[in-house]
Amino acid sequence: MHKSIESLLTDAEETGRTLPEVVLAAEVEESGRSAEEIRERIRRTLAVMRSAIAEGLKGDVRSPSGMTGGRAAKLLADGPRLLGPRVTETLARAISTLEVNAAMGLIVAAPTAGAAGVLPAILVGVGEYLELDDETLVDGMLVAGGVGGVVAHRASIAGAEGGCQAETGTAAAMGAAAVCWLAGGSNRQVATAVALALQGMIGLICDPIGGLVEIPCIYRNASAAMQAIAAAEMALAGLDFPVSADEVIDVMGEVGRKMPVAYRETALGGLAATPSARRLVQIQPSRQPTGISG
Amino acid sequence: MVSLFDILGPVMVGPSSSHTAGACRLGLMARAILGGTPERAMIRLHGSFAATGEGHGTHRALVGGLVGIEPDDLRLREAYAEAEAAGLSWSFATVDLGDDAHPNTAVFDLEREGERVHVRGASIGGGRIEVTEIDGFPVALGGDYHTLVVLAHDEPGTIATIAGIFAKDGVNLATMRVDRTGRHKDALMTIEADEPISDRALAEIRAHRWLRWARRIEKIA
Repeated sequence: MHKSIESLLTDAEETGRTLPEVVLAAEVEESGRSAEEIRERIRRTLAVMRSAIAEGLKGDVRSPSGMTGGRAAKLLADGPRLLGPRVTETLARAISTLEVNAAMGLIVAAPTAGAAGVLPAILVGVGEYLELDDETLVDGMLVAGGVGGVVAHRASIAGAEGGCQAETGTAAAMGAAAVCWLAGGSNRQVATAVALALQGMIGLICDPIGGLVEIPCIYRNASAAMQAIAAAEMALAGLDFPVSADEVIDVMGEVGRKMPVAYRETALGGLAATPSARRLVQIQPSRQPTGISG
Repeated sequence: MVSLFDILGPVMVGPSSSHTAGACRLGLMARAILGGTPERAMIRLHGSFAATGEGHGTHRALVGGLVGIEPDDLRLREAYAEAEAAGLSWSFATVDLGDDAHPNTAVFDLEREGERVHVRGASIGGGRIEVTEIDGFPVALGGDYHTLVVLAHDEPGTIATIAGIFAKDGVNLATMRVDRTGRHKDALMTIEADEPISDRALAEIRAHRWLRWARRIEKIA
């Protein structure tokens, strides 16, 4: 995979390939698999993303801890009051996937299970609004994958290493790149979308209640999805950012390395250490996850 | 090295790539080291696995892996029922392996058809695992290759002999590591291959007088 956003752009420029073609060519070379094999696996991945969203929106999923389940459906049923329907739908879809994840349903960890709601919510949403076919969405996922690979190389995608910014921040950067590309953005605008999305996530700690991938994770996925779309929208309008995407990624990595361990998925600090959170984890969990039809 | 599908994946049963998918792969790996589904399993959990495993489905995932259920198989949710049906009886305990141990470590003691194995491994992030000990011997296995672990008396020609046996089978070696416990004592060899290691190759290696101990481990999902 590429080691910088700049090298993705340079590679595209020098070879005359599109960004998805550049990412695909690198994967073909490194994995030894054919381009079609890789595209087919991404199609199957997209199908899992869609079914996870649908599963959670039915509203009856519940996690073993009892902390999450049903909120995505509730948000959608209540309908938008302040936001446009596209925004409310995106929030509900991001929450939906994370609720399915917490209930031991099938999800795509993109880049991690804790951030699994972001990319599907905006890909599926933007796919609908722009009436894109699946092959085009596969292209968008390739762009997202290329960006995620850069972040994994330069910084981190693990909450235990870099906090929530490394997980939902990376997912937001990947999603912003994908939808900016899908909406017809230039390669340079895609890079700007990455910088804009990630700069807004820097510093975010990982402080899950009870150490579980539930609260605040479901809400953080929703807000990261918003961050991603907003970044793409601003980049598409030609708004610029004076710090390069690679530099923003490096800053995220640096902040992660300096982050106290209490804020890196240990449940020792932040929201997890509040009296409310401690009361919540004393409640006996139900143990058996429910509502996944499989 | 990170591949595209480490970023756009893995496709997995939630909620945690380390505590669920990785735990499942540790179970699969312990099963592969034993050479089949165990009849009895004692699993000791250390650190974060012990502290937050219950809410992450870690116990289910470990047991599911031991009976061959893969990380993207929804039967993981019903792993206890599947394990009972497969004739596995299991128990859990917590263990403190010290500060140097990876926080997501599991220690397995497994038994099948009179054969026993002791395996220690950790879930190191994103669903990736590392098995660090088999029957007291230090190893570093990720489950991504067909693997042979051999303890041999350290004498010239053993590596060439093993490589020759693999070559005869048309098995391509991916990595090979040799750790010597002392000059002219024993050498621990870990050989990772792209193709499965045949019964014939294993038997031929075991027939050599320098061989002390050998285990074949199939690649896992």
